[in-house]
Amino acid sequence: MAKVFIYPATSLILSDLVARFNHKPLGAALGIRERIQTAGIDSPPLQITPEEPKRGLKYAAVEVPSGVRGRMAIYGPLIEEAEAAVIVTDADLAFGCMGCARTDELILFSLRQSGIPILELKYPTSDEEGIRFVAAIKKFLTGLPDGGEA
Amino acid sequence: MSQKVRIAQLSCGPEYSGVQKEIYDAAEAVGAEIFFPDIALADVERAVEGFGLDVRSADLKLMIARGMALVDGKVDADGVFIGTCFRCAEAAIVRNELRRYIPGHSKLPVVSYSFTERTTSGTLLTRMEALTTIARRRALLAREEQTGITMGVDSGSSTTKAVVMKDNEIAGTGWHPTTEVLKSADSAVSDALEMAGVTREDLQAIGTTGYGRFLVGKHLEADLIQEELTVNSKGAVYLADHQHGTSTVIDIGGMDNKAISVIDGIPGTFTMGGICAGASGRFLEMTAKRLGVDITELGPLAMKGLGRNVPMNSYCIVFGTQSLVNALAAGSSREDVAAAACHSVAEQVFEQQLQEIDIKEPVIMVGGTSLIEGLVYAMGQLLQTEVVVPPHSQYIGAVGSALLASGFVKGE
Repeated sequence: MAKVFIYPATSLILSDLVARFNHKPLGAALGIRERIQTAGIDSPPLQITPEEPKRGLKYAAVEVPSGVRGRMAIYGPLIEEAEAAVIVTDADLAFGCMGCARTDELILFSLRQSGIPILELKYPTSDEEGIRFVAAIKKFLTGLPDGGEA
Repeated sequence: MSQKVRIAQLSCGPEYSGVQKEIYDAAEAVGAEIFFPDIALADVERAVEGFGLDVRSADLKLMIARGMALVDGKVDADGVFIGTCFRCAEAAIVRNELRRYIPGHSKLPVVSYSFTERTTSGTLLTRMEALTTIARRRALLAREEQTGITMGVDSGSSTTKAVVMKDNEIAGTGWHPTTEVLKSADSAVSDALEMAGVTREDLQAIGTTGYGRFLVGKHLEADLIQEELTVNSKGAVYLADHQHGTSTVIDIGGMDNKAISVIDGIPGTFTMGGICAGASGRFLEMTAKRLGVDITELGPLAMKGLGRNVPMNSYCIVFGTQSLVNALAAGSSREDVAAAACHSVAEQVFEQQLQEIDIKEPVIMVGGTSLIEGLVYAMGQLLQTEVVVPPHSQYIGAVGSALLASGFVKGE
């Protein structure tokens, strides 16, 4: 079993796919709802305190906005823990999304710098692309240590 | 208990900055409630396309969609709070454009703020209070004449001012440095009453404003305790005799600066800065002290000098003062140094605050610093307009309070 970071971290579909192939998904475990009645699209379920942006200083300098550092306080340790990553770019909001594009840039950069195996895919826009999309993820996850359908 | 004022929050980053609770607390403290306009995910991209600002952050897209829903009347609110992370350029663009778009297309009052993890509810309190005042006290803010005998007290960070008004005229004034808040207020009140030739018992209503408004208001058993954004706007257009139409009010205070875009005496958009002392009246006080003149002499001195002859390499109150000291040591005249200090403060307010509101003429400068003519001149040069300084401009908060308090005179 490998620890696989998923991006967008809020994608329940990616989280489910990773778990189906016997790995541990590292993400936010947040569902994106059809209606948004919270402060942000990826609002955290628990109150984050002003301490989180300070902890985030490990991943981003003080001139980086506090919202980025607060997110990095959560995702930074997960990236450090990750043994592989699946990244889906240009995703539809409903597939899963992160509220802050600047954090996205830093997360993707950190993952690419980490040296772990990474599968990067564009979000599919047709049925055919969708089939190839799932097949590529399946192949990647199966190839990871102890990977296989659960 | 009166119904809570509903403030729509449009924001990016407050939860992950750890300050959402502070926003809730500030709203709660002034009898308001924060809510997030309910938006369908499917509508977000459509709204962003309609708005025409192509941003990448999903929460900024959500802000735009929510702003448009408020303007379109799909969501009801009494006011709007726009907040984004400090130092985020993408968010600053969205915040700015929404701050222009919402008042431009609706009657909703808007306040915006860029926060860090250090932002507290106390920092947001006056802004939230102004939003609720505009929503809740529109009828009171529409008052154009003072009636009866009323008193206004402005308990500011540097000075405490009191004004007694009688039948739409200023009858007495009092002005004391703020040391012990209540003692300073009592002294200012005592002077104002004596000058007006009336006693406390003659007063039909009392209003308080400024930093110490709650403490002084309780002490004086005030009828009206109200933040300085709405009070100063009202006082400014009243004293400048420009109660109708648009105007811009600038108040460079001892601890913070206010820039308010006013429509018919009521703030539309406003900013309140208070992070940097180099942009405050305090810097001018320090300059006057260094030059060995009284603060009242700084303005005339500055008018005789040329600010551009003195290199100012920093806006910081410490390093800025150092620049002035260096200039004096290098042979610059005191007049040039005084002018440079005035220009530095005006330029900083111009660059950091006045860009955040729509400047509409007349531009009215108020507060104690409006008596420093070098500062008023520098602001006029930067804005390329003639700045109006109404009579009694240093008593602006006290006058506004006395005027609005007359709404509480019995029989009104």
